[in-house]
Amino acid sequence: MATDLAPPPTPRPSKAVRERYRDVVIRFSGDSGDGMQVTGTQFTNTAALAGNDLSTLPDFPAEIRAPAGTLAGVSAFQVRIADHDIHTPGDAPDVLVAMNPAALKKDLGDLKHNGALIVNTDEFSERSLKKAGYAANPLKDHSLDAYRVFEVDLTTLTRRTLEDTGLDTKARDRCKNFFALGMVYWLFSRPLDATLEWLDRKFAKRPELADANAKVLKAGHAFAETSELFQARYEVEPAKLSPGTYRNILGNSALALGLVAASRQSGLPLFLGAYPITPASGLLHELARFKRYGVTTFQAEDEIAAVCAAIGASFGGALAVTTSSGPGIALKAEAMNLAMMVELPLVVIDIQRGGPSTGLPTKTEQSDLLQVMFGRNGESPLPVLAASSPKDCFETALEACRVAVRYMVPVVLLSDGYIANGSEPWKLPDPAALPEFAVARRTDPEGFTPYLRDPATLARPWAVPGTPGLEHRIGGLEKEDVTGNVSYDPANHERMTRLRAAKVERVVAEIPDLEVEGDPDGGPLLVLGWGSTAGAITGAVNAAREEGLPVSRAHLRWLNPFPANLGDVLARFERVLVPEMNSGQLALLLRARFLKDVTSYGKVQGRPFFRSEISDRIRQMLNEVPSVH
Amino acid sequence: MPTKATPEPPPALSKKDFQTDQEVRWCPGCGDYAILSAVQQVFPELGIPKERFVIVSGIGCSSRFPYYMNTFGFHTIHGRAPAVASGLKMSRPELEVWVATGDGDALSIGGNHLIHCLRRNVGLKILMFNNRIYGLTKGQYSPTSEQGKRTASTPSGSVDYPFNPLALALGAGATFVARGVDIFLPHLKEVLHRAASHKGSAFVEIYQNCNIFNDNAFAYMTDKENRDEAIVYLEHGKPLVFGKGRDKGIRLDGTELEVIPLGGESGEDDCLVWDESTPGPVLPFLAAHLLPPQFPTPVGVLRAIERPTYEQGVAGQVRGERESKGEGSLEDLIWSGDLWRVGDDGKVARLDS
Repeated sequence: MATDLAPPPTPRPSKAVRERYRDVVIRFSGDSGDGMQVTGTQFTNTAALAGNDLSTLPDFPAEIRAPAGTLAGVSAFQVRIADHDIHTPGDAPDVLVAMNPAALKKDLGDLKHNGALIVNTDEFSERSLKKAGYAANPLKDHSLDAYRVFEVDLTTLTRRTLEDTGLDTKARDRCKNFFALGMVYWLFSRPLDATLEWLDRKFAKRPELADANAKVLKAGHAFAETSELFQARYEVEPAKLSPGTYRNILGNSALALGLVAASRQSGLPLFLGAYPITPASGLLHELARFKRYGVTTFQAEDEIAAVCAAIGASFGGALAVTTSSGPGIALKAEAMNLAMMVELPLVVIDIQRGGPSTGLPTKTEQSDLLQVMFGRNGESPLPVLAASSPKDCFETALEACRVAVRYMVPVVLLSDGYIANGSEPWKLPDPAALPEFAVARRTDPEGFTPYLRDPATLARPWAVPGTPGLEHRIGGLEKEDVTGNVSYDPANHERMTRLRAAKVERVVAEIPDLEVEGDPDGGPLLVLGWGSTAGAITGAVNAAREEGLPVSRAHLRWLNPFPANLGDVLARFERVLVPEMNSGQLALLLRARFLKDVTSYGKVQGRPFFRSEISDRIRQMLNEVPSVH
Repeated sequence: MPTKATPEPPPALSKKDFQTDQEVRWCPGCGDYAILSAVQQVFPELGIPKERFVIVSGIGCSSRFPYYMNTFGFHTIHGRAPAVASGLKMSRPELEVWVATGDGDALSIGGNHLIHCLRRNVGLKILMFNNRIYGLTKGQYSPTSEQGKRTASTPSGSVDYPFNPLALALGAGATFVARGVDIFLPHLKEVLHRAASHKGSAFVEIYQNCNIFNDNAFAYMTDKENRDEAIVYLEHGKPLVFGKGRDKGIRLDGTELEVIPLGGESGEDDCLVWDESTPGPVLPFLAAHLLPPQFPTPVGVLRAIERPTYEQGVAGQVRGERESKGEGSLEDLIWSGDLWRVGDDGKVARLDS
């Protein structure tokens, strides 16, 4: 299987037929050091530039480099590309690229029957097979007969391609993911230019590496073309996206942009206090690059210092944000309560991951809802909202900031590992059309007291240090109504407790009514979700309705307070299915608040719902005889 | 008197301007009263408009301090005052941010924030009231209590060795380290003035008597009859001399300090001349370890060196980025990366980024 690096002298048309697909799911899987995340991201960006709709699901281990070749070290990147509007990265891959036996072992079970399987045969040594837990070589024992297997000696071909480069074997082997990517590009008839340009940018200071990777990418492409390994090529036409300008965006990147946009729209400098934690660190990294937008980032000594510094900055008049994940939010609880008590604006972003304790740091979950609702001492309600997809993070961040400064309250924004690291095409908003929320700061000393409230929002005045005549003291001790002096008066404590709760309830004025997709007037079944389950729920409900099933859906952005019409919506449906990546936290809130016997569907596996799982549950519920109470 | 240059001289302020209408609720006889009075006397002497002062505190008796100062004030949570104050100072470098804290607040629950604040050299004035006891929780031993301390929580005596707060601050890289005593008002005011004019973190340990739970903890050095023998004043450029009739001195012998009698073979010329500005940490570290009963207790400024502050560095990076790349617009930010355009006809075209 010798390959010629130069294009063949007379390019002969490939015999492979082009088969048109409406959507294809591809998964790149390999060792942590194999560059699977980069490979998947490059394929994604190229697909985006080709106009496909897409959705991604990176899946990597918590260890940076688990022992090479082991199941624990497998890192994968799944992307679904489509010629139509899609909502999830797909349940099962059509194409699996397995760079070693461990990747094959871990991911084969997900591959569709008759799916395409590209394997790097060079890695299938006896030792590697043993490491992955294979007793016999699956390439030889017919255990892969249900799939279309393409055996390629990727490592050998890569080494040969780079023979004359002077790179050592280790450096050459690190390019092999680009050989695979080149093959896949050919398989999907995709141009190489976006990745070639990226290589030039990425390795601007090490052109020899840019050249080597480019060479390998082209060699992989040429190999796929000339080897006649593949009988068919995948064709996925551009999606009919609405006119506009697009980019592919990760959830964490969209959050960062939303925060900067909020800083601009409010006229307040952005301050981020953060401590590194998976999967929230990406936000710190993004914002640290945005200094020219007036952003200050502070990598604190711990989670507590991170939130406390943000509170200090908020006292000083900044738009203050702290970002973390579940374990960090637990550490921040006392300080969040301080911000709640002194009624300063603060945005707390929780990129949820598998818990409890250290849990599953790199896997996704929605299990912090009750923590952020109730995980503080005393009566401490806070506004809580959740982003539902990578691109939705932008608007959700803007909204969290707007509410925080308007109501002088800490707001919790929930995202999760799935949307933080997942991406989708984002139609860029017109910055001129974004909501403005100029913030009024108190400057007039006449009649000033620190806990005088705005009658509409119940917000207290933001009187920042440096303003003459407004010297005042705040703190965590209970405040006397209006004056803000320390007070131990029993009746005052109850009044202040209720005032703080009422202020959070008033946020409902900012929340649009919940919209029902399907049958707004009600029916036998509503699927109600929040956060990142939006994609799977939408996909499942849309498919069910196409089959004529009487199911509707609605999705909550605000978890506290709920939209004003939520109770009415729930009452209109005989049954309500609530899928969540936890064991029923929203369901608990709904039952407590509305006395509605919703059906909880919890999944706690560290990975998102498959569309099919929700489809099955919808069918099952519609087939059941409605229970009689 | 150190003053700050201001465009227009602010109206002269007095101690009264810094008093609040709140009833002071420390126990009668508490050393905190004296410290409050000293700070209320020093602030109007600094020539800084009142609205620029902010006092941030943690939890404990000392941390009630902001309620009694008519400035901006923030009574935060246990141990976290340096973290809150750091965020404030970073976002508003022009403010005068003072931290009031105690030995339990700063060294136990908040130890992490204290050392990181000092190593960063955030421009905060940190007044740590050291009474070597937990007062507000009714008398448990603290991280500065002497070993063997019998308290409600250590009926058999504490087993821990105490922290040396000055050595801890020096070890963390503090650029200004000093010690004052609650009842030595003129000296304490002098130390506070020095802290006020320091750029960067100023750490001031103030010995403070808790007359309820740890009365007379410092009597060995503060009682009139003990003072001369038990205290050595650190004064920049002056020899370390103490004792009734200035009859004792401190000499540097190799890498150790030793007490020598003066008047016989040795004179003041043989004593170590105090230098608070040595770039290295050795000299102040030796002074921090002058412990009773072998040595007199040092008070005054152990270290005062110049180093760029954290908030300057942070603001400098933002300014630098803006100067070299220009102030970013929201359009530029959103419209970055690989872009493509979907036309009205549905055609997809890649845009040059």
